[in-house]
Amino acid sequence: MRSNLGFFSDEKFRSIFFQTLVVGLFALGLFFVISTTSYNLEKRNIATGWSFLQNPAGFDISFSPFLEFKSTDTHLKVYFVGVLNTLLVSITGCIAATILGFILGIVRLSSNWLLSRLVYIYVEFSRNVPLLLQIILWYSILIQLPRVKQSLQVLDVFYISNRGLYSPRPIFESGFSYVLIAIVLALISSFLINRWAKKRQDKTGQQFPVFSSSIGLIFIVPLILFFILGSPLSFEHPELKGFNFKGGLVIRPEFIAMFLALSIYTAAFISEIVRAGIMSVSKGQREASAAIGLKQTWIMRLIIIPQALRVIVPPLTSQYLNLTKNSSLGIAVGYADLVHGFGGISLNQTGQAIECMAIVMATYLSISLTISFFMNIYNRSIQFKEK
Amino acid sequence: MKKLLSIFAVLAFAFSAHAGTLDDVKNRGFLKCGVTTGLAGFAAPDDSGEWAGLDADMCRAVAVAVFGDRSKVEFITTTGKSRFPTLASGEVDMLARNTTWTISRDVNLGFEFVGVNFYDGQGFMVPSALGVSSATELDGATVCIQTGTTTELNLADFFRLNGISYEALPIETNDEGKENLFAGRCDVYTTDASGLSSTRAAASNPDKWVVLPEIISKEPLGPLVRHGDHQWGDVVRWSLNAMIIAEELGITSENVDAQMSSNVPEVLRLLGVEGNYGEMLELSNDWAYQIIKQIGNYSESYEANVGPDTPLEIARGLNALWTQGGILYAPPFR
Repeated sequence: MRSNLGFFSDEKFRSIFFQTLVVGLFALGLFFVISTTSYNLEKRNIATGWSFLQNPAGFDISFSPFLEFKSTDTHLKVYFVGVLNTLLVSITGCIAATILGFILGIVRLSSNWLLSRLVYIYVEFSRNVPLLLQIILWYSILIQLPRVKQSLQVLDVFYISNRGLYSPRPIFESGFSYVLIAIVLALISSFLINRWAKKRQDKTGQQFPVFSSSIGLIFIVPLILFFILGSPLSFEHPELKGFNFKGGLVIRPEFIAMFLALSIYTAAFISEIVRAGIMSVSKGQREASAAIGLKQTWIMRLIIIPQALRVIVPPLTSQYLNLTKNSSLGIAVGYADLVHGFGGISLNQTGQAIECMAIVMATYLSISLTISFFMNIYNRSIQFKEK
Repeated sequence: MKKLLSIFAVLAFAFSAHAGTLDDVKNRGFLKCGVTTGLAGFAAPDDSGEWAGLDADMCRAVAVAVFGDRSKVEFITTTGKSRFPTLASGEVDMLARNTTWTISRDVNLGFEFVGVNFYDGQGFMVPSALGVSSATELDGATVCIQTGTTTELNLADFFRLNGISYEALPIETNDEGKENLFAGRCDVYTTDASGLSSTRAAASNPDKWVVLPEIISKEPLGPLVRHGDHQWGDVVRWSLNAMIIAEELGITSENVDAQMSSNVPEVLRLLGVEGNYGEMLELSNDWAYQIIKQIGNYSESYEANVGPDTPLEIARGLNALWTQGGILYAPPFR
């Protein structure tokens, strides 16, 4: 009896056996899915392959702020327009959600009863109402704005209507590139100053006004150069011509609805993460830093936040991933993101459902992995450096 | 292991090729028919919650042909985008959903259009306050357009051809289009002219909206089934043809019983008095009689749902019989 089970009582053999079994079953399952799919595709005479990517799309995409898109362009370009639009709303959404989330998280801990209650209500409302409803809510509000012919005029240059927010568009004339170069140089030198000041402080204890000097370098120097060069920047103002405003920059209500809903929804989660992070720093740290006479703002900046970040960053990463994936709900309000444009219209016009969906999924996967990669690098950089 | 094998056996069975759609429908006991999410006159729930319209009648006609009972049908709503995957995956047995017959859908998507139940064309609707009288004056306008449709492609072609620009506002359903148009988010709504009439009829004040004279495309709308199941395709095709032929022969739901003793051979063949055409289709021999009795002929369905006496007010036009100046034409019943 024992000899029969000899192999099985060997832990190493057992683990290899089960792992092989699991991998084998997975491969078998995969094989089943793929073979059934190709069998059914063939049976239903559905064409497969990637050649459709080179075919002209035949439809127009109006919201394409980075690439010019015409109906004669290919489905591949539809894909790129979609990726850029997805990235646009995701990145701006992540930035806004982070800023709003940090502020709210800190306010939630404030000793002001009213403020902290208000944030509490906000958090509970926005994280407990489905995101899709919030997107639709924002959009329904936005399309109730005045019609384009009755646009609200703000500061003489901005126009608000249910077609979006129109603003003047900057036109960079020759010479403006020098200003840009000056900004880049200023950024590099303030970075160097920061390093030098830190070293000096470590050595001598003397401090250097890094912040104000950097501001001076980054803003004032390029500004002076800008005027010396004769202000090489002009603005194109939007004008109401025919049906719509022509010229200028426009931010569409579809984008605004997505941006607001995504950042407000995610900020609620982030504020809770920030609150948890700050509360995780032991009270002793605060008391000790107060005892050595640090200012309140310094305690927050130098003692509390750096320690809280260790707790905040890992869950923050997953909020960024969530926001990016949630941006695929753009379809609800006609925001031309990846899922709507390529995974929707192209898919439907070409009928290449499996190919389109595979590409869309691979793209979301790569975006998510890229975010995780950079957030992990950042996370490592703020961990305790044990010496 | 035994358990595992049995799971795979079940999976393999589930994946294996199933019998024809007609047998599936008969075994299930009712027809699953894909329709729009709601387009008055074509397929929309009426006041009593019953699906009504030209396309809904098409679904019912097939249900009557198979079961002899107009209620044996489940209506499944599909959007412009979801309709094809829904049909391809077998979730519905057929689509009767304002779907334009094109070569790429017929050939590349693996479907089979069995006929045309409405000849349509794409038009534009604008608020009459805009004072626009022709689609060529629409330079720079914002256009609401249902995504995943042929109209989306025609629109791009039309504006390109005329050298004018537009901004597309992609929407998913006719209701979204209505909402955006009425709110002024878009200046123009474009879809099939019949759809525009339907949308206009649903407006609180139809006179505020005008359909422009340009018809920029051919949109033959018809029912479709999955490619390769010819028996099922034949059932749907001849359910439609039976309604058209009945109009040609002057058979209506009211006089159909009297027509059973007609002396016209084609009438007798259609109603199953002579010949065994029902059996050829693996249906009962009175299938066409039941369609006419329970649904009516094409004209009856048209007049009740989209004709001049309905809010849609669409004249027969192209959809009149070939003998009456239209192009509606069914192959002979013999």
